[in-house]
Amino acid sequence: MESNIKLITDDGLRLDGRALNEMRPIKIQTGVVEKADGSAYIEWGANKIIAAVYVREAYPKHAQNIDRAIVKARYNMSGYSVEERKRPGPDRRTMEISKVITEALESTIVLEKLPRAEVDVFIQVLEADAGTRIASLTTASVAVADAGVPMRDLVVGCTAGKADGKMVLDLSKDEDNFGEADIPMAILPRTKKIVLLQLDGKVSQEEFDEATSMMMNAIPRISEIQRNALMSKYNVEEGE
Amino acid sequence: METKQIVYPGDKVDVDDLKPRNGMYENNSEYFSEYFGVVQKSEKFIDIAPFNSPYLPRANDKIIGKIMDIGATMWTVDINSPYYSLLHMNDTPWHVSSGDLGRYLNIGDYIYAKISVSNEIKESWLTLRDNGLKKLEIGRIISVKPPKVPRVIGKGGNMINLIKNETDTRVIVGQNGFIWIDGDVDNVSNAITAIKIVEKEAHIIGLTDRMSEYLKKLKGEN
Amino acid sequence: MPMDSNAVISEIRKNFMLESIKNGKRLDGRPLDEYREIKITENFIPKSAGSAMVELGNTKVVAGLKIEQGEPFADTPDKGVILLNIELLPMAFPTFESGPPSEQAIEYSRVVDRGIRESKMIDTSKLVIESGKNVWMIFVDIDVLNYDGNIIDACTLAAVTALKNAVIPGSKLGEKDFKLPVNATPVAVTMWKLGDELICDASLEEEQVSTGRITVTMSEDNNIHAMQKGEIGEFSLEEIQKAIKTSSNIGNKLREKYFR
Repeated sequence: MESNIKLITDDGLRLDGRALNEMRPIKIQTGVVEKADGSAYIEWGANKIIAAVYVREAYPKHAQNIDRAIVKARYNMSGYSVEERKRPGPDRRTMEISKVITEALESTIVLEKLPRAEVDVFIQVLEADAGTRIASLTTASVAVADAGVPMRDLVVGCTAGKADGKMVLDLSKDEDNFGEADIPMAILPRTKKIVLLQLDGKVSQEEFDEATSMMMNAIPRISEIQRNALMSKYNVEEGE
Repeated sequence: METKQIVYPGDKVDVDDLKPRNGMYENNSEYFSEYFGVVQKSEKFIDIAPFNSPYLPRANDKIIGKIMDIGATMWTVDINSPYYSLLHMNDTPWHVSSGDLGRYLNIGDYIYAKISVSNEIKESWLTLRDNGLKKLEIGRIISVKPPKVPRVIGKGGNMINLIKNETDTRVIVGQNGFIWIDGDVDNVSNAITAIKIVEKEAHIIGLTDRMSEYLKKLKGEN
Repeated sequence: MPMDSNAVISEIRKNFMLESIKNGKRLDGRPLDEYREIKITENFIPKSAGSAMVELGNTKVVAGLKIEQGEPFADTPDKGVILLNIELLPMAFPTFESGPPSEQAIEYSRVVDRGIRESKMIDTSKLVIESGKNVWMIFVDIDVLNYDGNIIDACTLAAVTALKNAVIPGSKLGEKDFKLPVNATPVAVTMWKLGDELICDASLEEEQVSTGRITVTMSEDNNIHAMQKGEIGEFSLEEIQKAIKTSSNIGNKLREKYFR
């Protein structure tokens, strides 16, 4: 991963002009897949991702959990979503991402309120531009709330990493490709408990702490965007 | 005027002296919302009323269901819920013999039924043996989000009666969010429009008056 | 998948719909040959070589292109390659499953592909880099995000829009980028038989009630380039002729409105 590519300019800014701790713009919209019980669409930088949730009896019957719901998130990429055409269907990378997203969502959904059910979360990456797993989880969590599935908190994801020897928030594609480390993380904002964490690269323990503190600081802002997305469908209410 | 506080999953709910009831979880004797919804306080209780949530079967609810499958002695019924419900042949007003269920209710047929029993794992059984329960032979069925049903009905039924009277239709509101409407084609589509407005604007205060005006205007145009 | 309520239409709903259509009006108030509102967002995926999102009422599809170099097929050494694939995403409808494409997805892909191929919309002989060895390959991937009927027409609109916007990355070979050579604008118009009537742009529910589907794809030369009779059901020759006339009329209107 190490290379000589310059990712931080002399005035301390990143190639896309962001400060080290600056996020890319994020926009979330709910109710985008009419057939689904809940859905949300996110634009995070140039990422474009849609998530749709169906709640139904698990099938076949012997696959049901008698006392709680099963969660199944499926992360899938469109053929045109990445530089080289992606062949349709799962591969090892997308299966791993599906698994860590499923587990993060399972830790917030109140599973015992929906015995025998399956919460299917379909995630489609239409355009990928670094940080798709975290953007997927962030929007999937809004879609789950939009479906009215009981949950303890809205999961928020974020990434930080190391580029050109500096710790940076919300890696760009270049920083992801040519930087020294990538750390995606997701937390439950109320308790600050971590429900997804991966690391890929090389960082010191101090650098790791710097990365997590950057992400923790960014979380409230992302939370706010999630909440506004849910609210926008009902904005008339605020006038009361 | 009733005040409505909006909450998101994980938001702390101040219960004060009230008894927390639906839509919250407890942690270290504090309460937190499980839904995106509004806080509803009554004299004794505090609830979170979600803006959207799946219908979960409850005994004694009168619902509208759709026949999905026919077995030897039971029909499987879609009740606008993640969970299917069952109707046994003996819980109908007819003398049905085993294996002959399709003669009475076919796949795709709608019924107005009562949930007689439901259990902890959300299994439920229906009955057609009560006043007014029946197969719905004509008319149209629409669905609204289950949490909006009380607003569609209105206090003491005032909203739904208003819609029925002004559009000259017959309407049955199932507590699961399926609604049956029958009447002249144009009247039915007026009633549907009206119900959809109520669903969308359920949280707006003074909706009954606005709906009354709206329906009068609609009538004037016809 | 278990049975799903969305896939089962009730007898009363069906009768109501057929009665209404007999009187020339559909349940959503449209005349028989009228399309729902069409919204086309060009260039929806900026990083693809060409793209479009098409919303046909609640039906929502995204087409995106990737253009890569590759070997031509042995029997057409002097032609570039266009590969078109429709994914009926499981998010789009409760009974769509993950996994390999269903027969339905494959049929839809092939019908959309035929209209584009046979109308000679793209001059594939201009996509050759080195005869027999290296050509431009155009991957047209179309995702159905929400299914409310009439996938074939929506996907054709999306694919045609994306192709019209497409740029071949000639700069990768030290040459200039150039616009994909486009010679025709095929438009697919699909009709469904409901009772004794033919309707255009069926909603999902109308598709479920229909007894037969017929797609006619034509281009501005007013010739027929692809047809497909689908689903169980029968058409008379007169009905097919009527479908061709309708396709011609509507195709012209849509071309005028969206592809000027």
